[in-house]
Amino acid sequence: MLIKKAADIRESEVTPKELFLRRREFIAAAGMTAFAVGSALAQNPNAQKIPNLKKGPFNTDEKVNSYKDVTTYNNFYEFGTDKADPAQYAHSLRPRPWSVVVEGQCGKPGTYHIEDILKWVPLEERIYRLRCVEAWSMVVPWAGYPMSEFLKKFEPTSRAKYVEFKTLVDPRQMPGQTEPALRWPYTEGLRMDEANHPLTLLGLGLYGEVLPNQNGAPLRLVVPWKYGFKSIKSIVRVRFVEDEPLNTWKQQQSQEYGFYANVNPQVDHPRWSQGSERRLGEFFRRKTLMFNGYADQVASLYTGMDLRKYY
Amino acid sequence: MNSTQWRRRVFKPVVWVACLAPLAYLIYSLYLDLGANPVETVTNTTGIWTLRFVVTTLAISPLRWLTGLNQLINYRRLIGLFAFFYGFLHFFTYFFLDHQFDFAAMWEDVRLRPYITAGFTGFVLMIPLALTSTKGWIRRLGGKNWNRLHMLIYVTACAAVLHYYWKVSIKLPPTNPMIYAGIVAALLGFRVWRYFARRTASEV
Repeated sequence: MLIKKAADIRESEVTPKELFLRRREFIAAAGMTAFAVGSALAQNPNAQKIPNLKKGPFNTDEKVNSYKDVTTYNNFYEFGTDKADPAQYAHSLRPRPWSVVVEGQCGKPGTYHIEDILKWVPLEERIYRLRCVEAWSMVVPWAGYPMSEFLKKFEPTSRAKYVEFKTLVDPRQMPGQTEPALRWPYTEGLRMDEANHPLTLLGLGLYGEVLPNQNGAPLRLVVPWKYGFKSIKSIVRVRFVEDEPLNTWKQQQSQEYGFYANVNPQVDHPRWSQGSERRLGEFFRRKTLMFNGYADQVASLYTGMDLRKYY
Repeated sequence: MNSTQWRRRVFKPVVWVACLAPLAYLIYSLYLDLGANPVETVTNTTGIWTLRFVVTTLAISPLRWLTGLNQLINYRRLIGLFAFFYGFLHFFTYFFLDHQFDFAAMWEDVRLRPYITAGFTGFVLMIPLALTSTKGWIRRLGGKNWNRLHMLIYVTACAAVLHYYWKVSIKLPPTNPMIYAGIVAALLGFRVWRYFARRTASEV
């Protein structure tokens, strides 16, 4: 009996040989386009350009959201609970002079200045997806360097199992802090292996420019496979600790927000589905991807863990 | 002009314009600047205006009792229909843009998510009220039954406040939902108080 079986790959799907041979050019060109888009869309004439920004790994080739979207639609309760509040009120934040206090289980605790932190490692552009727990998302061209390079400077000891970050508290600079919208200071944390993962970024800029105030100037965390609230802004304190830190949203409503907060379409928020999201600039919702599409890179961090329990 | 003419030529058109103003303003502001998330803007604006129109219809009877302006009743049906109109826009935005008319996906939302259960209930209960808003239906049902049926708006008002509260309470303290909860409680409480006050009065 003759059993007809479809070919694995249709003729129409085969890349012509001459194109295949030029694939590296194509990839390089695509990369340059993404880079140019990231740098050219910046619109703030007063912002300071980051010189010699190099291209980083893990960049998505998805359409980057506009500078306006990224800088006017923010959750940063230190300036108010409305999405438009940070862009409107963050001018009162003074990102210079700025220092970060480092403490806890490490060999080099102390006070470090932003001018030095900016020079430790060459900055690179990372175009990442950002998925908010409120089921919207965007694509952001960050500038920064790997968090692992930053943390290494302080020589964490073997007793450092977690790293805790805290945001500035100063109601004169952050008018939203005059109201008890959250318990200040905003606190976040990561397991050390999460913090040292090559995807985890110390965010220092956007669109090839230094970070605007409303996006967490002068330095912030960027963890693209977790819901946006993990990526703490305007950091003034880094502490290496043995026990899991209590992050602000977990403290606020622990049934709804956990420590891990990995993007996971299978684990719903109690009040809404996490199965889909609205990408800003798109009309319809799209499916949410496991670990926000970074499963290949980070799934191994959570092997054997019940992600329903550790949400 | 006599009072009927005033109502037809002046007050009714004014109420129409006032009721359409929020929609016109929404369209105008989106035309000026879509913003980062226009779908969210449309959803939130039509939602809050539904609640405001529901509250307005509930306020008419107490206002009438307090001020003696009985002609206010002439505008209640129109305002109620606008509550349904904004509620429909709100629901349509959600059903079309969030679920692309996928009934099963919407039903899952309604079953599993309390704030959507509440919002959906509030909207569905307005449908029979909108359908029976004509003079013909008032006649067919009889005034007493019609009034009883239209008490469903009390349920809609409570459901709408719950819907708003559960959606927003991510931001603590949820000040605005509490304000609306207070207004609805006062408007319903006033009715309960009046009911018992009149019963006591008639017993004496």
